[in-house]
Amino acid sequence: MKPARKQRLLIVVFIVVIAALVVGLLSYALRENINLFYTPSQVAAGEAPTNAQIRVGGMVVVDSLQRASDSLDSTFLVTDGTATLLIHYSGILPDLFAEDEAAVATGALGDDGVFVAQQVLAKHDEEYTPPEVADAMQQAKDKKAKAASATTKQTDINPENTPKAAY
Amino acid sequence: MWQWFHKLGSPRWFYHISGKFLPWLALASVVLIVTGVVWGLAFAPQDARQGNSFRIIYIHVPASFLALAGYYVMAAAGAVGMIWKMKLADMVMVAAAPLGAALTFIALFTGAVWGKPTWGTYWIWDARITSMLVLLFLYIGIIALSRSFSTRETSARACAILALVGTVNIPIIYKSVDWWYTLHQPATIKMTGAPSMHPDMFKPLLVMILGFYCFYALVLLLNTRTEILLRESRTTWVKELAEPK
Repeated sequence: MKPARKQRLLIVVFIVVIAALVVGLLSYALRENINLFYTPSQVAAGEAPTNAQIRVGGMVVVDSLQRASDSLDSTFLVTDGTATLLIHYSGILPDLFAEDEAAVATGALGDDGVFVAQQVLAKHDEEYTPPEVADAMQQAKDKKAKAASATTKQTDINPENTPKAAY
Repeated sequence: MWQWFHKLGSPRWFYHISGKFLPWLALASVVLIVTGVVWGLAFAPQDARQGNSFRIIYIHVPASFLALAGYYVMAAAGAVGMIWKMKLADMVMVAAAPLGAALTFIALFTGAVWGKPTWGTYWIWDARITSMLVLLFLYIGIIALSRSFSTRETSARACAILALVGTVNIPIIYKSVDWWYTLHQPATIKMTGAPSMHPDMFKPLLVMILGFYCFYALVLLLNTRTEILLRESRTTWVKELAEPK
C-alpha cells in the first residue's frame, strides 16, 4: 500500500475509534437515563425518585390484577423476580396487557411506595407462536398443574379420611 | 486481486458488468418478495396473542435488517473512497443514502403501526427506537451533505467522515435491547441458537429477508448506475450510450 493511502487508512480507523470511544463513554455516563424504566428491585432499593414522573416495568404477577366494578380503576403487582411493586391505574389497559406478561407504567411513585400510573403499556416478548401451539402448550401446562393439584388434593383428602375411618 | 480492484474502480466497467446482474437480481427479488408476502400474509398462522397484527413483522424486520446492513455498505464505500480516492466508491455511498433512509423510515413507520395495537402507543423514546431515529437522521444528513458542496471531492470527504462516525450507531441499535431496559422486545432471530418463533412463521420471514437483500442490491446498483451516468455525462462512452443506434 502506498504511504499516502496508508495514512488515509489510519485517518479512517482513527475516526471510527474516536467516535466509538466518545459515544461509548457518553452512553456509559448516561446509562441510567437510557434505561426506559426502573425495575421493582431498584424501586425497593430506593434508587427511583418519589413524586417525580418515572417509568417502572416488570412482569405482571399472576392473580394480582384487580379491577373496580364501578370505574376504570385497577391495581396490579409487577415483579422482576426479587421485588414487587403495587401499581394503581385509572384508565383502559392495552389489549395485550395480561398477567404473567411484561408491562411498563408511566407515573409517579408515592411516599407510601405505591406507584400511581397515568399510562400503562404492554411489553411484548420476542416469542411468536401460532394459536394451536399456544393452546397445546397451555393445555400441557394445565395438565401439569392439575396433576400437581391432584396429588396435593389426595394428601388433603387423606387427613379427612382418617377421622372418618376412626369413627 | 488488485487489478480486479482497480478495474472495479472504473465507472464504465462497473456500468457494463452491473447491467448483466440487473435482470437476475430483479427476478430473484420479485420471486422472493412475492412468495414471502403471500406466504407470510395469507398462509402463515396468526400469533396466539397478537392475532394478525404480528404479520407486519414480514416488512418491519427485513426493512430494519437492510437499514442497518445498508449503513455499513455506505460507510465502507465512504472509507474506500477516502483511502483509495475512488470515484466509484463515492458514487455507491451517495446511491446508498436515500435507499437506507427509505428503509429506516419503513422500519420506524411499520413499528409505530404495530406498536399501537401491541404496546398501546405509537411512539416511545426507548433506546432502540431513539437510536433508529438517529439512524434516519444520519442518512438524511448524508443526503443533505452530499448536495451542499460545490466540489465533488469535498462533498465526498465530508460525507465519508459523517458516515464513518455514524457507524458507531449500528451496534448500538442492534444491542440496545440487551444493554438497556427498553419497551422494544429483544431480537427474535438470534445470531446463535434457534429463533424464538414457530418455524411456520419463521420460514416466510427468512424468504422476505433474502428478498429484501436482493431488492437492496438491485436498487443500489440502479442508483449507482444513475449516479455514474450523471457524473460521467461528458465522457464519450456515455454519449455513445445515449445516442440512438
